[in-house]
Amino acid sequence: MKALAIDTSNLVMGISVIIDDKIVGELTTNMKKNHSVRLMPAIESLLQEVDVKPSELDKIIVAKGPGSYTGVRIGVSVAKTMAWALNIPITGVSSLEVVAQNGKYFDGLVCPLFDGRRGQIYTGLYGNVDGQFQLVQEERIILLTDWIEMLKEDSKKVLFLGNDLNLHKEKIEELMGDRAVFGQIADHSPRAAELAALGIRGEEEDPHAFTPSYHQLAEAEAKWIANQKK
Amino acid sequence: MDKDEIILGIETSCDETAAAIVKNGTELLSNVVASQIESHKRFGGVVPEIASRHHVEQITIVIEEAMKEAGVGFEDLTAIAVTEGPGLVGALLIGVNSAKALALAHGIPLVAVHHIAGHIYANRLMEPMEFPLLALVVSGGHTELIYMAEHGSFEIIGETRDDAAGEAYDKVARTLKLPYPGGPHIDKMAQDGEPSIDLPRAWLEPDSYDFSFSGLKSAVINTIHNATQRGEEIAPNDLAASFQESVIDVLVEKTYRAAEAYDVKQVVVAGGVAANKGLRERLTERFDGSGIELSIPPLWLCTDNAAMIAAAGSIEYNKGKRADMKLNGNPGLDLEAF
Ligand SMILES: [Zn+2]
Repeated sequence: MKALAIDTSNLVMGISVIIDDKIVGELTTNMKKNHSVRLMPAIESLLQEVDVKPSELDKIIVAKGPGSYTGVRIGVSVAKTMAWALNIPITGVSSLEVVAQNGKYFDGLVCPLFDGRRGQIYTGLYGNVDGQFQLVQEERIILLTDWIEMLKEDSKKVLFLGNDLNLHKEKIEELMGDRAVFGQIADHSPRAAELAALGIRGEEEDPHAFTPSYHQLAEAEAKWIANQKK
Repeated sequence: MDKDEIILGIETSCDETAAAIVKNGTELLSNVVASQIESHKRFGGVVPEIASRHHVEQITIVIEEAMKEAGVGFEDLTAIAVTEGPGLVGALLIGVNSAKALALAHGIPLVAVHHIAGHIYANRLMEPMEFPLLALVVSGGHTELIYMAEHGSFEIIGETRDDAAGEAYDKVARTLKLPYPGGPHIDKMAQDGEPSIDLPRAWLEPDSYDFSFSGLKSAVINTIHNATQRGEEIAPNDLAASFQESVIDVLVEKTYRAAEAYDVKQVVVAGGVAANKGLRERLTERFDGSGIELSIPPLWLCTDNAAMIAAAGSIEYNKGKRADMKLNGNPGLDLEAF
């Protein structure tokens, strides 16, 4: 089984190639640069580097969001088109779940987050249950303060991860004190190797029907629905 | 004989997700357009974020349908032509990245197309183009007179200094409280009204082929406002007819003057507003007996589609132009530099 994994859902661009149980190539950058320009050349060169032809791929794995709407769509457009064109399945993995993997050996709960503007964050809670690292609180977009209130109900320590953490770290410390633990320099970026590892056995989906997970409606749509209810 | 040239066109610059297959630059094999108009209607205009969401949902479905309908497989494709710009950036990105992914997956050459070049080349699917040629491009985003000395060469000799013609239609339609999109409604109302209200025509400098529609739009709004203040009622059909006549007078006259001055063989009308019945009639009248051939594509080829992108892509392909994996959507792409 040969699979290509793609993540452009936030500033990080991550690509990896997995062959059975082995990650044979991985590329990660964390810069404010254009995914639309850089993603395809990077895929082309990584595939060449690891001697895999597009036609040899058995699956495409993509970080399906949440994240920057445009970023998520670039990755998903490329992933679903390649999967459809090569007649192979696509597997979507939550962009937050990929980041959470960086804390999978943490003794406590793991909280990956992306900034969601206006005091909100995209987040979810992961932890070890019965020896399995898995989702323990549904992903959502929520006010940081509301989310922390909820986390305080538990007594476990929480490891916070994500490149947008600097925007919210102070507030989290203020509200949670010692119970908050923060990832180190190399823990915040999603790794495409983790994405590939999660996706290789993940559910196979139909490329045509595959859509991003935005976790919220477009603003105009939300306003329109609110107006209908008036 | 050589193998047929089969081009897949992809267009996602605004609110239509479209794919088409064109054979040898002129023969349309399939033309699939997934319109989002029903979705945007409730907002009174195109919402870019919603347009992008629809594109990503539709893109592979639309391409597959176009290929199936044409009976072609990936191995038959000579090239993929995709709209690079202008348009909504988030919308363009879907088509561009999808096209690149397809090109990489099957090692197919990729060609970038300017959306307006596409509109002009829609005509080539109906009849041969004859040079020198003048194109009048009128749509929601464009009002331009373009001189073409030969295939793939574009010189803008006149353009709007403010609103595009289609934009003026939409704004006036909103003032008249017509549902979106307003252009076709005004066109229909104008057929039933009399152009009895005096509205300005912006001729600008005597030798200019530029356009201006913002003054006209303001005049329409003022006319309604003043009438309401006086407690009078203006027949909407008459106002629509008067507005339409004012727009068409300028479009037709400037196009005719430019066609004569540049001594062109053919005048091609392109873009969404080319679907306007009033405009088609008046242009036909004006060019009748002029010795200049007037070419207006059928309505379904005037609005955004991918057949026109494939047709223009064929010219670019044969000129040896290729896009690489770095191709990006360019919302402000320049036609002359293209
Ligand atoms: Zn157009």
